[in-house]
Order: sequence, then C-alpha cells, then structure tokens
Amino acid sequence: MSCEIDVSGLVKRFGANTVLDGIDLCLKPGERVAIIGPSGTGKSTLLRCLNYLDRPDQGKIAIGDLTVDAAKAGKAEILALRRRTGFVFQGYALFANMTARQNIMEGLTTVRGWSKEKAQDRADQILTQIGLGDRGDSYPSGLSGGQQQRVGIGRAMALDADLMLFDEPTSALDPEWVGEVLDLIRKIADGRQTMLIVTHEMQFAREIADRVVFMEGGRIVEQGPPGQIFGNAQDNRTRSFLRRVG
Amino acid sequence: MRSLDIAYMWDLVPVIAGYVPLTLFMAVISMIAALVLAAVLAIVRVLRVPILDRVVAVFISFFRGTPLLVQLFLFYYGLPQMLSFLTSINGVTAAIFGLTMHFSAYMAESIRGAILGVDRSQWEAAQSIGMTQGQLLRRIILPQAARVAAPTLMNYFIDMIKGTSLAFTLGVTEMMGAAQKEAAGSFLYLEAFLVVALFYWAIVEVLSVGQRRMEAHLGKAVAR
Ligand SMILES: Nc1ncnc2c1ncn2[C@@H]1O[C@H](COP(=O)(O)OP(=O)(O)O)[C@@H](O)[C@H]1O
Ligand SMILES: [Mg+2]
Repeated sequence: MSCEIDVSGLVKRFGANTVLDGIDLCLKPGERVAIIGPSGTGKSTLLRCLNYLDRPDQGKIAIGDLTVDAAKAGKAEILALRRRTGFVFQGYALFANMTARQNIMEGLTTVRGWSKEKAQDRADQILTQIGLGDRGDSYPSGLSGGQQQRVGIGRAMALDADLMLFDEPTSALDPEWVGEVLDLIRKIADGRQTMLIVTHEMQFAREIADRVVFMEGGRIVEQGPPGQIFGNAQDNRTRSFLRRVG
Repeated sequence: MRSLDIAYMWDLVPVIAGYVPLTLFMAVISMIAALVLAAVLAIVRVLRVPILDRVVAVFISFFRGTPLLVQLFLFYYGLPQMLSFLTSINGVTAAIFGLTMHFSAYMAESIRGAILGVDRSQWEAAQSIGMTQGQLLRRIILPQAARVAAPTLMNYFIDMIKGTSLAFTLGVTEMMGAAQKEAAGSFLYLEAFLVVALFYWAIVEVLSVGQRRMEAHLGKAVAR
C-alpha cells in the first residue's frame, strides 16, 4: 500500500540549532505510529511542523493529494494542511471563552462554514463519544484536567482529519485522569484513525501502535513493530533509552 | 468672606444641564472612534506588521508623550495654517479628532497588553484547526482581551469626559465654556465653576456605578 502521509527530508532549525535533521516518514492509511525518545530530541517540533505551527526549513509533507513543500508553502496550502491534520496539545489549549460544545463546533462553523445547527448536532455526537454528553455547556475552567483534554481531543476529532497528531496528551495530567484520556485515544485508535502519537507511556504505545519510531537528536534512529522495538531493538541508543525509562 | 449664592447656583443648573448632551456627544463619539483605532493599532503591534509597526510605535509615543491641550491646539490652530482645507474645521470636530488620537494611543497599549495576556497556546490551537489570523483574533483572542481590558478602557472613558472640557479652549461652548461665560457676566466664578464641577462629578459617579456592575458581571463570567 502507498503512503497516505508522506514526509520527506524534513529539516527544522532554530537559529544555529538543527532540531529536525532530515525526517522521512511514511504512514499507510489507518496506521497508528508512536514516537518515543529522550526529551529535547525534536518530537514535538516534528508534530508541530506537520501542522505548520512551526515552519519547516526544508522538506515536503504530503497528505493524500495535498503536497506542501517547505520552500514554497503559501498561506492557502498551510490552511489546507491544517484542516487535514488534527492536533492534540499537551496542555489542552482550549478556547477559554467558549463552552466545551463551542470548542468542538468552532472548526466546523468558522473554518468549514457549516451551519450552526449541523455543527451543533455533530458536536453533540462527539461529546457523547468522548463521554461528556452532559458537560457540553461547561466552560473549560469548570472541567477537570481529564475532561479538558477529552474536549481537546474532541475538537481535533471534529476536523475529520486524515491524520491526528497527539503531543504527549497525558503528560500534563494528574495521574488520576490519565486513564480516561488513554481510553479515549485507544477508542480512536481502534477506529483505525491514522495517527502519530508522541508518548512516554511505553505500555500504551506497545498496545495501540502498529509501529514505534525511536527519535534522538532530530533523527529517526530506529523504527519497527512494537514487539521488535521493545523486545529486540537493534540500535544501542534505542536500547539504552528503553533501559532508562524502564 | 462671603457666603455662596445658592440661588444663583440653582439658576445655573438648567443652563449647564443644557450643555450635558454636547459633552456626552463629544465623549461618546471620541470613545467609539478611539476604540476602533486603538484595536487596529494594537493588532498592528501584536502582529508586528512590517513598517506599519514602526509607524504605530511612533504615533503612540507621540500622543502619549505630549499634553492633550497641546495636541488640540496643534489640530485646531496649527494644522490649518499648512493644510488649507482644514481652515473651516470647527471646534467640536477638532476636539473629537484630538481626543480620539490622544486616547487611542493609551487604549492601544492596554488592548495590546490584554491581547498578549491571552495564553499563547490558544493562538496555536486556533491555527491548528485552520483558522485564519483574522478569524482567530475575532473569535478567540479579542473577546478574551476585551474582558481583561474593559475596566481600564472604562477609566479612559471617564478621563475622556473630563477631557472634553478642554474643547472650551477651542471656542466650543460646552459645559465648561457655558460656566465660563456665565461667570464672566456675573463675576460669581466660585459658584459657576462649583456647579460645573458638581456636574462632572455626578456624571463620573453614575459611570463608576456602571463600571462596578460591569466588573462584577465580568468577574462572574470568568469564574464560571
Ligand atoms: N520555539 C523554539 N525556539 C527555539 N528553540 C526551540 C523552540 N522549540 C523547540 N526548541 C528546541 O528544539 C529542541 C527540540 O525540542 P522539542 O521538539 O520540544 O523536543 P521534544 O518534544 O522531543 O522534547 C530543543 O532543544 C528545544 O530547546
Ligand atoms: Mg515535546
């Protein structure tokens, strides 16, 4: 099968610091890929570049029939790319002036031009899927961390994105809320949503991922099925990282 | 020492009251224009629009760095000497123009601060779902910034009402100008200026009550 998501030669520098040093990555439709690696290695930057929250310096990102070339990406292409990629932030980043339901509707009404009624129906479906059917009218400040992150995931789900990006979706959560958020992501993964997830939850990665990618120093060091990476890693750096995180 | 001529003051009340609408008119029009201008100036600064950003920085610096009275004189007596189409500008227009420029400079700074106070992650979240710069400002950032800036902007509105009294120096007969004229005829300066002072005080007090109500309301909405 060919790549649904095809990233090639992605380079990102912050000043003299090369944070992504030529990333190539191919995701087949429905493939769920977990990215692991030490902190400061460029995992977040990779996800942010795929959403153009950080602008890559070189390389290409292809999603379906849309190809965005870093050298000549225009506004319209960047917006199109963002509409095809849902981003879930570590710190939720909910719109504080909007209710849970409005957070989910916003991309549908303002961005995709749906009518309010249609968007509301869709948002209510999503609220039920994320287990917050009765909290649609709550503002973020009235929700627990776990509930806020589920709304953050719901907002990304509403885009019906070709690719969902999760950047350490449970790292900012109190331990008591981690389970419910992982359960929701597991449910989305079970629906064969193409996704890239950066996580420190190794057990979770092993469980949901079709493939695990180990990154270090802005490069992909090693990748393979979870059984191989966690059980029989070939590269010393992978093995030493996995020993450290236990 | 003489005693206050209360009867004279009482007679002045309806006279001064007749000029309240003009004072409020100048203040309200200037406030609306200044709010729009200030929002634009603040956005130019926040987005660091090339070149314009520098121009706006100088504009703000100038209008904050010089007295309102000097600015009014510049607009009314000074500029028409160079720009002949301004010779027919009347005092009310010049005052509205000056108040707008002056207060927009201050208000732009508080709006800018309020915009920057909105958590950066919300900008990114809005971008990530594909919103344009204009959409995310209008839908996410400005509504939150407005809440934060509202009490300060209300204070500027109060300053602006008091600032309209300077229009009298441009030959406009508003509340202050009317009091001055009355006093010049009766020589009862103390009474005339006391009445006009009480008028300003009363207007500002009414607004302060409104301001406190608004703050309580906003506080509730945010704490929800
Ligand atoms: N906006 C930025 N400006 C400068 N340096 C940055 C910025 N964002 C990230 N970096 C740097 O890029 C490197 C990779 O960061 P990041 O992608 O967040 O790593 P990870 O997510 O793997 O922990 C780090 O050295 C970090 O300091
Ligand atoms: Mg990170």
